[in-house]
Amino acid sequence: MAKKYEKPKMVPVPSHSIIPERDIDKSPILECQHLGIDFGGLRAVDDFNLTIGRTEIAGLIGPNGAGKTTVFNLLTKVYQPTRGTIMLDGIDTAGKTTAQINRMGIARTFQNIRLFTNLSVEDNVKIGLHNQEPYSMLTGIFRLPKYWRQERAAHERALELLSIFDMQDMADAKAGSLPYGAQRRLEIVRALATNPSLMLLDEPAAGMNPSETAELMDNIIKIRDTFRIAIMLIEHDMNLVMGVCEGICVLNFGQIIAKGTAEEIQSNPAVIEAYLGKKKGA
Amino acid sequence: MSILSNLINGISLGSVYAIIALGYTMVYGIAKMLNFAHGDVIMVGAYVSFFAVGSFGLPPVVGLLLSVAVCTVLGIVIEGLAYRPLRQAPSLAVLITAIGVSYFLQNSALLLWKSDTKIFPNFFAYTDAAGETHNSISLFGGQLTVTYVAIFTVVICIIIMLGLTWFTGRTKLGKAMRACSEDKGAAQLMGINVNRTISMTFAIGSALAGVAAVLLCSAYQTLTPTTGSMPGIKAFTAAVFGGIGSIPGAFLGGILLGVIETFAKVFNTQISDAVVFAVLIIILLVKPSGLLGKTSREKV
Amino acid sequence: MKKLSANRRRFINNCVTYGMVIAAFIVMQVLNGAGMLSPSLQGQLVPICAYITMAISLNIVVGVSGELSLGHAGFMSVGAFSGIIASLSMQEMIPFAPLRLAVAMVIGAACAGVAGVIIGVPVLRLRGDYLAIVTLAFGEIIRNIVNILYVGIDVNGLHFSIKNEAALNLAEGGMSILKGPMGVTTNVKIATFTAGFILVLIAITVALNLINSRSGRAIMALRDNRIAAESVGINATKYKLMAFVTSAVLAGAAGALYAMNYVSLAGKKFDFNTSILILVYVVLGGLGNIRGSIIAAALLYILPEMLRSMYEYRMLIYAVVLILIMIATNNPRMKAIFARILPHKKEGGDENG
Repeated sequence: MAKKYEKPKMVPVPSHSIIPERDIDKSPILECQHLGIDFGGLRAVDDFNLTIGRTEIAGLIGPNGAGKTTVFNLLTKVYQPTRGTIMLDGIDTAGKTTAQINRMGIARTFQNIRLFTNLSVEDNVKIGLHNQEPYSMLTGIFRLPKYWRQERAAHERALELLSIFDMQDMADAKAGSLPYGAQRRLEIVRALATNPSLMLLDEPAAGMNPSETAELMDNIIKIRDTFRIAIMLIEHDMNLVMGVCEGICVLNFGQIIAKGTAEEIQSNPAVIEAYLGKKKGA
Repeated sequence: MSILSNLINGISLGSVYAIIALGYTMVYGIAKMLNFAHGDVIMVGAYVSFFAVGSFGLPPVVGLLLSVAVCTVLGIVIEGLAYRPLRQAPSLAVLITAIGVSYFLQNSALLLWKSDTKIFPNFFAYTDAAGETHNSISLFGGQLTVTYVAIFTVVICIIIMLGLTWFTGRTKLGKAMRACSEDKGAAQLMGINVNRTISMTFAIGSALAGVAAVLLCSAYQTLTPTTGSMPGIKAFTAAVFGGIGSIPGAFLGGILLGVIETFAKVFNTQISDAVVFAVLIIILLVKPSGLLGKTSREKV
Repeated sequence: MKKLSANRRRFINNCVTYGMVIAAFIVMQVLNGAGMLSPSLQGQLVPICAYITMAISLNIVVGVSGELSLGHAGFMSVGAFSGIIASLSMQEMIPFAPLRLAVAMVIGAACAGVAGVIIGVPVLRLRGDYLAIVTLAFGEIIRNIVNILYVGIDVNGLHFSIKNEAALNLAEGGMSILKGPMGVTTNVKIATFTAGFILVLIAITVALNLINSRSGRAIMALRDNRIAAESVGINATKYKLMAFVTSAVLAGAAGALYAMNYVSLAGKKFDFNTSILILVYVVLGGLGNIRGSIIAAALLYILPEMLRSMYEYRMLIYAVVLILIMIATNNPRMKAIFARILPHKKEGGDENG
C-alpha cells in the first residue's frame, strides 16, 4: 500500500482560480479566459475560465456531451478556439499548432486510445522523447556518433519512464497488442516523455477495474510529486476524481457551472441538478 | 461562335466523363475503393456494341442495350470474384486487385480482338433517302454545328444524374446503399444484405459504363483495347474534382473537366492533360474534399 | 529458442537483407562472367536495380509514411532526363564514364528532390485518396511537360524550348538532347550492373537507417496516428515532407541509372502504368518491408521475361497472378488455409528488414 497522500489546503479563490496553497506565490501554469468554440451554430464551449497552479491536480467533470474533451482539444489546439485566450506559463498560445503546444509544455492522452499501434512500446515512448533527444535526419542516416549517443540515452530514458508503471518488461511488445489498461498507462508514459509542465488525461481510468483504478490514483499523485507538474484530468469515476483532485471544475452544456474542492462540488445544487436532473416541482 | 462551339463540345465530352464518374463515385461511396478496372469495363462494352452493330448488323439501340447488359454482368462478376473476397482487406490490396483486373481485361481484349484500331460506327447518325449521312444539325445558318452524339450525350447524362439522385434518395435499395456507405456493420445489423447491395452498386456503375462506352466511341469513332484507360482516369479525376461520393459532384466535376480539357486543347493539344490535372490540383488545394464533397472532421 | 532483444533482432534482419543483395550480386557477376546469362536477362540487370531502388523509394512513402502515391514514375522521369542532360553535357568535362554516371545520378537525384519539395509542399496537406489523386495528377503533368520539352546544348550552354527543335537556336556544333515527344535518341550508354548494385545498397542503407532513427519513428508515428503524433510535438508537415523528398531523391537516382542504360528514351516511358507497376512491387513485398520490396521487384520484373515463351499470354498471366496473390494473402479464409499448410510461418512479420 502506497503512503496516503495528504491533500494540501485550498486557498480562498480569487474569482475563477483553483490554486493550492503551495502554489500561491507562483504564477499559474495555465490561464484560460473566456475560452469558447462554435461548431456551426452550436456553442460547444462558452466562456470557459480556469486557472491551474504549477503542481495542481485538477479535475474536469460533467455529464456526457458537456464539452470536456472539447476543452482538451482547445487547450492542445486540435481545434482552434473561436473566442478567448489560453496563457501557458504566461505566454499566449494563440496561433500555435498542436505540435508547438506540446513543445511549450502541454501533453495529453486520449479518450479513445491513440497509440502508434504498429510500433513497439519502447518506440512509442521514444516518439514521446522526440524533442528531448534531437538529432537530424542525416545524422540518423549516416549513423554519426551523435546518433548512437542520443539513441542510447533515449533507450535508457524510455525504460526509466516505463518503470513508473512497471512496464519495462513489455518494451519490445507491439503497442497494439497490449491489454487495455496497459495501453492507457502507455499513453500516460508517452505524454510524460515529452517533458510537459501540464499533463491532460482524458478518462485515464476508463475500462479499468477498481484495483487498477486505485493503483492509477497513486500513480497520478506519484507522477505529480516526482515530476512537479500540473495534471488536469477528465474522469467519470467519482472516487478517482474526489480522491486525487484538489480543484474540480464542473462543465455542463459547454459552460462551467461550479468550481471548487471535492466537498464544495459534492454539495453544490447546480452540480446535483446537472447530474441527477431537476427536482420535480422545485 | 468558336467559343460557343468549343463550349458545346466541352459539355458533351464532360457529360461522358460525368456518366463514367457517376459509376466511379457510386462504387467509391459504398465500397470505399478506387475501381481502376472501371475504364476497362467501358472498353469491353464498346467492343460488344461494335461487334453487335458492325458485324451482326443489329440496330444501334440493340447495340447499346447489349453493351449495358454485358457491362452490368461483367461488373457483378468482377465484384463477386475479385473484390468480395477482399472485403476486410486493407484498401491498398483492393487497389492492386483492381489494377490486376484492369490488366486482365485489357490483355484479354488484346488477345481476343487484337491491337489494331477499330473504326467505331457513329450510333447517332442516320442515312436519308438520298444516301447522305446526317450526324449533326446546323444552327445560325451553318455557323454552328452540333452533332447528334453531343445532344444525346448531354441529355442522357442529365437523365442519368436525375435518375440516380432519385434512386439513392427515394428507393429502398438506394437507401440501403447510402446506409452501407455510412457504416456497413450497422447496415448489416439493420437487416440490409450488404453483399447484395454492393453487388447492385457495381451493377449500376457498370451499366453506366456500358452507356458511356457507346457515347464515347460514337463521338471519337476509334476503339482499341486501351480506349477505356485514359477516360477512366479522367473520369476518376472528375469524380474527385466534384467531391468523391457525391452524385451532383460527379456530374459537375465531369462537365467542368470536359470544358476545361476542350478549351485547353484549343491552345495546345499536347499539354491539355497537364492543364486539366493542374486545375484539379488547384481546386483540391482550395477545397481539399472537392467542390461538393463533405468535409469530415475526425473525432478526437 | 532464446528471446532476442528487439535491437538484436533488427540487426540480424538487416544483415540478412544486405547479405541477400550482396549474394545475388556475386551470383549474377559469376554467371555473367561464365557467359551463362541470356542476352535478354543481361540487358535487364540495370533496369532491375533501378526498379528495386524505385520500390524501396516508394516504400518509404507508401509503407513507412503511409501515404498512397500514384505518380512515382514522375520523379523517375525527372531524374532520368536531368541525368541524361547532365551526362551528355559533361562528356568532355568528365571523360571517365563511371564518374560521369555518378555525377549524372547525383544531379538526377537532386532535381527529383527539388521536384519532390515543389510537389510535396502543397500535396501533403491533403489526406488519403485525395493525396493519391493529386500525386497521379503531378505524375501526368511531369510526363506532359517532358513531352513538350526541347533541350539542346552548344558552346554557350544549355538551351530550352517548348516549341520545337529549331527554336533552341543552337550554335554551330550544338547538339539537341531532348526532342519533345521523341525524347532522347542520342544517349551514351554508361550504366553498369555494379553501379546499379551500389545504388541498391545505398537505397537500402538510407531506408533502413531512416526507419531506425528519430526521424523515421516520427514518420511512422504520423502514419499510425497523426493526431497523437502531433500531440507529442511532431511537426507533421516537416516529417511527411522529409519522407516524400527522401523518396523522390532515391527515385531520381534510380531514374538516372535507368536512363543511362538506353540509347533512346521517351518521356512516355514514365507514365501512370509505370507508377502502378512500382506500387505493385511495394504492396506485394509488404508495406514498410524493405526486403519484401527488393524481392518482389526483382521477381516481378523478371516474371514477364520468364513467360516470354508464352509471349501472347504473359501479361494475362501476370494479371491473374496479381489478383490471386492479393486474394491469397488478404482473404481471411485463404489466410487460415495457408496457416494450416505452413504452421511455422510467423503472423504479421517484422516492420523492418
